Amino acid sequence: MTAKLLKNREALLVVAIAVLVALIALRFPAFVAPGNLARVYNDTSILIILALGQMAVILTRCIDLSMAANLALCGMVAAMLNTAFPGLPIPLVIVTAMALGALLGMINGTLVWKLDIPPIVVTLGTLTIYRGLIFLLTNGKWINAHEMSVAFKALPRLDIAGAPVLSWLSLAMIALMFVVMSRTALGRAFHAVGGNPHAAVYTGIDVGRTRFFAYCLSGALAGLSGYLWVSRYAVAYVDIAAGFELDIIAACVIGGISIAGGIGSVAGAVLGALLLGVIKNALPVINISPFAQMAISGTVIIIAVAVNARAERRKGRVILRKAEAV
Amino acid sequence: MKPAIALEGISKSFPGVRALSDVSLALYPGSVTALIGENGAGKSTLVKILTGIYQPDAGVIRVGDTEATFPTALAAARAGVTAIHQETVLFDELSVAENIFLGHAPRNRFGLIDWKKLNADAAALLQRAGANLDPTIRLRDLGIARKHLVAIARALSVDAGVVIMDEPTAALSHKEIHELYALIERLKAEGKAILFISHKFDEIFRIADRYTVFRDGTMVGEGLIADVGQDDLVRMMVGRAVGTVYPKKLVEIGEPVLTVSGYRHPTEFEDINFELRRGEILGFYGLVGAGRSEFMQSLIGITRPSAGAVKLDGKVLVIRNPAEAIRAGIVYVPEERGRQGAIIGMPIFQNITLPSLSHTSRSGFLRLANEFALAREYTSRLDLRAASLDQDVGTLSGGNQQKVVIAKWLATKPKVIILDEPTKGIDIGSKAAVHAFMSELAAQGLSVIMVSSEIPEIIGMSDRVIVMREGRIAARFERSELTAEKLVRAAAGIEAPPEGRAA
Repeated sequence: MTAKLLKNREALLVVAIAVLVALIALRFPAFVAPGNLARVYNDTSILIILALGQMAVILTRCIDLSMAANLALCGMVAAMLNTAFPGLPIPLVIVTAMALGALLGMINGTLVWKLDIPPIVVTLGTLTIYRGLIFLLTNGKWINAHEMSVAFKALPRLDIAGAPVLSWLSLAMIALMFVVMSRTALGRAFHAVGGNPHAAVYTGIDVGRTRFFAYCLSGALAGLSGYLWVSRYAVAYVDIAAGFELDIIAACVIGGISIAGGIGSVAGAVLGALLLGVIKNALPVINISPFAQMAISGTVIIIAVAVNARAERRKGRVILRKAEAV
Repeated sequence: MKPAIALEGISKSFPGVRALSDVSLALYPGSVTALIGENGAGKSTLVKILTGIYQPDAGVIRVGDTEATFPTALAAARAGVTAIHQETVLFDELSVAENIFLGHAPRNRFGLIDWKKLNADAAALLQRAGANLDPTIRLRDLGIARKHLVAIARALSVDAGVVIMDEPTAALSHKEIHELYALIERLKAEGKAILFISHKFDEIFRIADRYTVFRDGTMVGEGLIADVGQDDLVRMMVGRAVGTVYPKKLVEIGEPVLTVSGYRHPTEFEDINFELRRGEILGFYGLVGAGRSEFMQSLIGITRPSAGAVKLDGKVLVIRNPAEAIRAGIVYVPEERGRQGAIIGMPIFQNITLPSLSHTSRSGFLRLANEFALAREYTSRLDLRAASLDQDVGTLSGGNQQKVVIAKWLATKPKVIILDEPTKGIDIGSKAAVHAFMSELAAQGLSVIMVSSEIPEIIGMSDRVIVMREGRIAARFERSELTAEKLVRAAAGIEAPPEGRAA
């Protein structure tokens, strides 16, 4: 039973998070107060949403390095929209940000699909293009809190049934992605394309188109995160979330999503993001310097990858009859 | 004359298969020995033993007078055995000279590569191989024939006494083949012992001095080419009773289901016309590389033909991609099941329902209960043994993975099923099960196209056979007129003996 549990990546992550939280509680009991844990979750919400999008892309054997730049561009456009038309309803701003994000994702997807350029090259290119676009739009000027409308800034913090909208939104996205991954043909296609692209072709799955949709999805989620980020921190400028793409990929990797494609789950992505979130929130509390924090985050990533690599190691061919179907 | 290298009493088994049993082969300096046999006769296994990739279970290898073992490919190379493969195993991004001397490049006194000597030596070797090539150009800029010359120069660079050529002409043009012949003559003159593997009889009679025939992992004949005729060799290759052990059911053949007319592709095949009827098993025979799989892939929309029309049940069909073929009721079970078949890491039931998801879902959402029901229905029909349907396909044996792949296609309820080498690489028991099942399918009114390179399978299972050669249909046979010799002749392009007839 325990051996089986240890083989289950998600269960292992839950245990790792629990152990980590318990260790922190030893030195700083207030950390485990329900209110604080909810705050940690809320703090990690944006990372969770982004990791869900990245998960879809990585499952298809691609990668999206442009997510953070996409987020920054969509966030900036949302903020500019709000300053130009303060009366515009916020849900409309969110939909616009998501649509723009999806469009930017489509650009990635089209380049990967139709021009057959390696995904890492495509998104490395669009990463700089999207950041550059922000500069072109703003001439490098910031949009500060006082320029944004009250409603724009208030929505993520708005309390519904004891939790802020930001938390609820991330929960909604988890639920949405769970349904997409386990209950739609598209979710199945993500796994199939990453697991064995050649076989997927023969079963009638269009590999390129499936990847295109994965990028659309990650783009839309980056767009949503753009609004959430800008409104939550009440500031928009060229460099917001710079380098955050690495956190997103790290969350996926920690969550057991195989960079080689085909393997991974919604629960894994969420737990991977949460583990990173707990570390980032707890380390300052127990007085560890920011530089040590980076080293610790890096160590966690490598440990996670090593554990996953062990689990994924090729088991070799099944030839012995008794080795079959355990 | 003493052989340069001799194999005596070599046996080699793999799980479930006896690949070679007690075979002997001697290669003599300055002579070309042709190794002849059907696919699966054990030729490649022998080559791998000679080059140190496989270890024999029994038997001895003699190099000159001494007994030798080749535990690694390097050991075989040191003993002077080198192989030139059908598809050259060279490095496209390196220069010609680097390719020739990879692993044994001349060094200067600092232990670094001596480029001047490297290029000079390479130029000399190329000269000997009859190629006037600049040794510094990159290999990728050369054509296939020239790459072969580089491979040969590499063989000369290790001072090999034994050169193995595994279907060296398969990828060459007519003119290039003649250049290769000239080269082989030069190697002979230098006293090399050459093992020449080919399916093409005209080549064998043109270039070889001696022959060795393999059948089912045993040596069935050897001697001087001057003493035999083509007919003798064909008889040795196929000489056995076939057809009795195959579970072919007598089926009432119905109306035409699939009509293919005028299919052609700029480089792969042309003039493909045939009709497939209900309940029929249509065999496609040919040598490897005759264009059979390429045509099938084009038929299901993976590649686009430049011309051609398909009719299914009397209606003209346009197939632009595999999804459309599956929807129309044509499915293809590919040859390379490892690469193109099962999706390892996915549960069994998801593998099976992957092409049928539109039937198991409602308003865009998958229904797991329906999926399990479908998967259960077809796995039980195929007698798949698995602990549960949601375990990873990767935990199954090859034979059972095969069943999962076939179940996947049957679950789409096709009208036409194309099986590409359905029993390649599986054990005898599983083979029989696949044959029985194929027969069962035809009896239920499915139309089956079976692409196979195994003559017994083709003869045992087919109602009609189409033989392809070099991208064209070379011959058509009814079941009643099928013989192994006719198939081999048609596939290899040998003219019929006076008493027989080839279509």
